Amino acid sequence: MNDLSLAAAATAPAAEKSLKMTARDVRVFYGEFEAIKGVSIDVTREDVTAFIGPSGCGKSTFLRCLNRMNDTVAGAKVMGDIRLDGEDIYSSGMDVVQLRARVGMVFQKPNPFPKSIYENVAYGPRIHGLARSRADMDVIVEKSLRRAGLWDEVKDRLADSGTALSGGQQQRLCIARAIAVNPEVILMDEPASALDPIATAKIEELIDELRGRYAIVIVTHNMQQAARVSQKTAFFHLGTMVEYGDTREIFTNPKETRTKDYITGRYG
Amino acid sequence: MTDRSTAPAAVTPTAWASPQMQARIRRRYRQERLFKLTGMGALALAAGFLVFLMASIVSSGWTSFLQAEVSVPVTLDPARLGVTAAQAKADPALLRRANFQGVLADSVAKAHGDEVEIVSDGAWLALRKAVEADPGLIGRTVPMWVIATSNLDQLAKGRIDLGADEGDRPVTDAEIAAWKRLEAKGGIRTVLNTTFLTGADSVDPELAGVWGALKGSFLTLIVTLLISFPVGVLAAIYLEEFAPKNRWTDIIEVSINNLAAVPSIIFGLLGLAVFLNTMNMPRSAPIVGGLTLALMTLPVIVIASRAAIKAVPPSIRDAALGVGASRVQVVFHHVLPLALPGMLTGTILGMARALGETAPLLMIGMRAFLTSVPQGFTQPATALPVQIFIWSDNVSRGFVEKTSGAIIVLLLFLLLINSLAIYLRNRFEVRW
Repeated sequence: MNDLSLAAAATAPAAEKSLKMTARDVRVFYGEFEAIKGVSIDVTREDVTAFIGPSGCGKSTFLRCLNRMNDTVAGAKVMGDIRLDGEDIYSSGMDVVQLRARVGMVFQKPNPFPKSIYENVAYGPRIHGLARSRADMDVIVEKSLRRAGLWDEVKDRLADSGTALSGGQQQRLCIARAIAVNPEVILMDEPASALDPIATAKIEELIDELRGRYAIVIVTHNMQQAARVSQKTAFFHLGTMVEYGDTREIFTNPKETRTKDYITGRYG
Repeated sequence: MTDRSTAPAAVTPTAWASPQMQARIRRRYRQERLFKLTGMGALALAAGFLVFLMASIVSSGWTSFLQAEVSVPVTLDPARLGVTAAQAKADPALLRRANFQGVLADSVAKAHGDEVEIVSDGAWLALRKAVEADPGLIGRTVPMWVIATSNLDQLAKGRIDLGADEGDRPVTDAEIAAWKRLEAKGGIRTVLNTTFLTGADSVDPELAGVWGALKGSFLTLIVTLLISFPVGVLAAIYLEEFAPKNRWTDIIEVSINNLAAVPSIIFGLLGLAVFLNTMNMPRSAPIVGGLTLALMTLPVIVIASRAAIKAVPPSIRDAALGVGASRVQVVFHHVLPLALPGMLTGTILGMARALGETAPLLMIGMRAFLTSVPQGFTQPATALPVQIFIWSDNVSRGFVEKTSGAIIVLLLFLLLINSLAIYLRNRFEVRW
């Protein structure tokens, strides 16, 4: 079967690395429409995994399955098996709130809360009770902002509104917000598509720095970006995953003609 | 790569300068001017009506805040009064029952003659109050200003057309003569009408006040707000954020929208049937009025609150869910604070409508004739618009003026509520 061979192909090179998330034969329906048609993939802890593909191919939909953000979409139905550290995230025993704290998310459009910069970062730790005191919280906020490379720019105006920052800063604030709850996986849904090239470069740099600390999955339609930041790449087309492998392999020596055509710019 | 032979044929430029084109452009500008003028005309008409309304109400109502008083040297004869100073000090109840009416009538007749009535039927109440405050006045002659009759009051404020025939005006020639005599000797003055601002309804216009109705309205609105705001907002939150989207919620949505358009008197009938006839709550009470108006206001608040919740960008919900907030946390930490200004605006609009509502209150008996100010939620009360309705039914000239005066008070109250709404909205509004 197709998905079995894919799974084998996916697991083989990752043998020496630790698996963080596994997806097997995932199908997503929006009412009658099948948006994802049986996708199997492994996400390793050490790597940045990129999902590429033309618009509407289902890469964002699949990403949103990984922390069950699709639950909020009316009429969306997810089938198949997705595991985080071997634990089925769609099982009835899985606490969605906890799952989303463990699998953080950064969205396409920067969406800071209309609150202060400090509050933006502190919100997650506060609702999860991660800080015992105000001083604890200060440490978490500073650490998160430092990791997101934003600390030096905002340390003197933590009380300012998060929405007053520039687009790139807002997106890094959103990354700091995701980091603050100490996630294991960070999902990024086209995090730089609304940003200018300089802000994009900063985000890419940041992703590179975060690599290894968190398993990162990034959706992008910018192939250069995928090539720059990721170690693994999955190519999606029309709701199926066409090819998955080492980024270098995918970009230099794709096995599938569809992948090759997309990468060389025949369509997209 | 440029290949001349395959280049598309050059397009003919549009003849912008041609007469047809110029005419077209002129026509467009003319249409624009015409549309602008029509809009301005509509605005001017609306503003004109508003100014006319305000002017007519204020001009006929402002004098209700004034009251004519007549100067009377009151001889507090213990024999006529039926109580001496010593008895009054010993027994306040006895003093309360004393013949102040007779004493005042005698004094007025002595000072100004008794061919026409010049002092209000209720003027002795002020005299009693003064004596109760100081029983030592008994046995002395005290100069006092007492409330004039409504007719004299109208004369003093210049509300009567003196040129009209006696049969065509509400005051008699004798009253005019009495007024002129009083004027000549400085025995009449107009002062701020405290009775109007502190009293309740009365059969005599000069003794009628709006405070009873105003307080009734206030108590009613408190009940309405306490019921309809939390219920409406919670219903809206549940429908928007938690309820599954299915046929049942569709039916509920349609029902709510229809309820908002139901004539208010129907809600009055509902209140009558449910609160009075089934639950046996007190008739004419602000609590029943408030509950009835809450039923009427609820759909308005639900609709406004749902619109406010819908206006909160979904990205904020995603962001909160993404860091692991539960749905209740998403709603109360993020959606509600952002939707609150819109909810408040809708609520205030609903409250303003409830404040001006008359029909449902008539149905539950809040049109009773009440001469005392309500002291609680379960006591009989009336409301300001109902009071206006009752007074407007009265033919007496004094009540015509009082009707406009009460409308002024109602409009000021509305203005106050709306200002509060604007303040609250700006206070809670989050900009980003």
